[in-house]
Amino acid sequence: MNKESFLIKNLSGGYQSGLIIKDISFAVREGGFTSVIGPNGSGKTTLLRILSKVLQPRDGTILLESEDISKICLKDFCKKVAFVSSDIAVNFPFSVWEIVSMGRIPHLKRMQQEKKEDLAAINAALVMTDTAHLKDKSLDEISAGEKQRVFIARALAQEPQIVLLDEPTSHLDIGHQIHILDLLTKLNREKKLTIIMALHDLNLASQYCDQIILLDNGKIFKSGPPEEVLTYQNIENVYRTTVVVKENPLNSKPYVVLVPSDCKK
Amino acid sequence: MKLHLKTSLTILFSVLILSFIIAILKGSVDILAKDLLLKESRTILVLRILRVFTAIVVGSGLSVSGIVLQSIMKNPLADPYLLGTSSGAGVGAVIATVLCISSIYLPFAAFIGAIISVIIVYSLAKQNNKINTQSLILSGVIVSIALSAITVFIISTSGSETLHSVSWWLWGSLQVYDFGLLAVVTAIVLTGVISVYIFSQDLNALSLGDEDAVHLGVDADKVKRILIIIVSLIVSSIVCVSGTIGFVGLIIPHLMRFIVGPNHRILIPTSCIAASIFMVICDLLSRIIMPPLEIPIGVITAVLGAPVFIILLRKSQTVR
Ligand SMILES: Nc1ncnc2c1ncn2[C@@H]1O[C@H](COP(=O)(O)OP(=O)(O)O)[C@@H](O)[C@H]1O
Ligand SMILES: [Mg+2]
Repeated sequence: MNKESFLIKNLSGGYQSGLIIKDISFAVREGGFTSVIGPNGSGKTTLLRILSKVLQPRDGTILLESEDISKICLKDFCKKVAFVSSDIAVNFPFSVWEIVSMGRIPHLKRMQQEKKEDLAAINAALVMTDTAHLKDKSLDEISAGEKQRVFIARALAQEPQIVLLDEPTSHLDIGHQIHILDLLTKLNREKKLTIIMALHDLNLASQYCDQIILLDNGKIFKSGPPEEVLTYQNIENVYRTTVVVKENPLNSKPYVVLVPSDCKK
Repeated sequence: MKLHLKTSLTILFSVLILSFIIAILKGSVDILAKDLLLKESRTILVLRILRVFTAIVVGSGLSVSGIVLQSIMKNPLADPYLLGTSSGAGVGAVIATVLCISSIYLPFAAFIGAIISVIIVYSLAKQNNKINTQSLILSGVIVSIALSAITVFIISTSGSETLHSVSWWLWGSLQVYDFGLLAVVTAIVLTGVISVYIFSQDLNALSLGDEDAVHLGVDADKVKRILIIIVSLIVSSIVCVSGTIGFVGLIIPHLMRFIVGPNHRILIPTSCIAASIFMVICDLLSRIIMPPLEIPIGVITAVLGAPVFIILLRKSQTVR
């Protein structure tokens, strides 16, 4: 049996204006590929913010390799857990190299120059994400898909064990969506990276992940492997829309088909 | 391709030395290079060297303060003058002078004024826990006007002998009056600039966004608080030796970002030298445009800076 990377017990949390995440418990095994799905406003981003120490939990515990994350200092935490957002508005045009080298911040003291191992980590991250040829370009000179790969490279430069991603494909066309998820799958398999990702697209979640957590209004409606979570009853209950769930003939994972209102009769 | 650190530092340094030489020779009376070592020119020479020195201290401090504010507010329009920090420091310093507090402690009185104005501007600009650019600049300018009014009121009613003129406080000057004070201010600004430089990589992370900085292991709230205190100290001490001089913290970082890029490890040192050059030249202009009258240096920086501000404002509006 595999070890657990993240163990979340009775977690509640949110903002001053209100509690968003309510009494959530789940585990992510080491090397797992988990996606968090749910309607807009169901709390996916908030959950990831709590898991990444941006927000303090109101209640409950989060164990990272059986250590309570509230007891781990931020820098040490960021050596183990990296984060990729869906869209970072870049106010200042840093170069790709500068962005990726910021991934070394948790490993370096202030004013410490990058050592050989840091440069090696940065270069390896650039190569893995196929962005090495962009390294001198500025962020406002590259496409949205390339930018997303650069931020994944920055996360890899942190040399983490876990990467959290918040809708990493939401601004991309299908070709780039698949490219990013294939990249994550490769990292998951080859580097044994544990991945937890909020995702909009039910079918992408189904095809790529081994565990799905379906959030509804800050609570877990259902969690488990795709075949158990992505049933038409669950989806209709949470998203309040009619769907048909088929089996993808290529890999027998569930495949969600949308049903427009005129087709219902 | 952005210029390399060493190349840009070398170029800037040469220009600084050149402007240093010109600034020493030129003025309401010109000194010929061959007369430089004569006894007669000694007093005037010392005064001019001190002015250039003040220009370097003031320029470096103001540009670094601008850089910090721009980075932590994710906004290229932020500047200690526009955000009312300088005016707050001015009120603090004026009150302390009226109360006859020794000039060495002026920077600390100014610091209290600066911090109070920062708090007022922030709470005015805050709506639903969010600070929006336009309302921040607006409340900064309004608070700045109100605080300048208080400064003018105190100066014109106090009849204090030690206070400089209204125009000195509001528009600035690099004329050196008090060597002890200049020494204290230099020490504070130097320490402040070096401390900010130590936070270069934190500033890089913060300029991506607070949340993203936390994801990189930078405790955004704590680092921002430290930096705001450092900047307030730098700005307050500068106000005590030169009055309020605007737009330097806006123009120079903007120009240098354009030339060397946004990486603070490079941006901070290059901006310090560029701002020193800029201040030396502005001070020279203030002395030679209408001799023997001296135009307040803030007038010159405002004339040069206001157009840059408008261009930046236009640009930030088209982005949104
Ligand atoms: N910074 C914030 N402050 C207060 N409330 C927020 C904040 N961010 C999100 N919320 C609220 O939290 C709820 C969940 O939002 P979020 O976690 O972003 O959902 P999702 O990512 O699933 O769309 C929403 O009702 C939203 O209005
Ligand atoms: Mg979200």
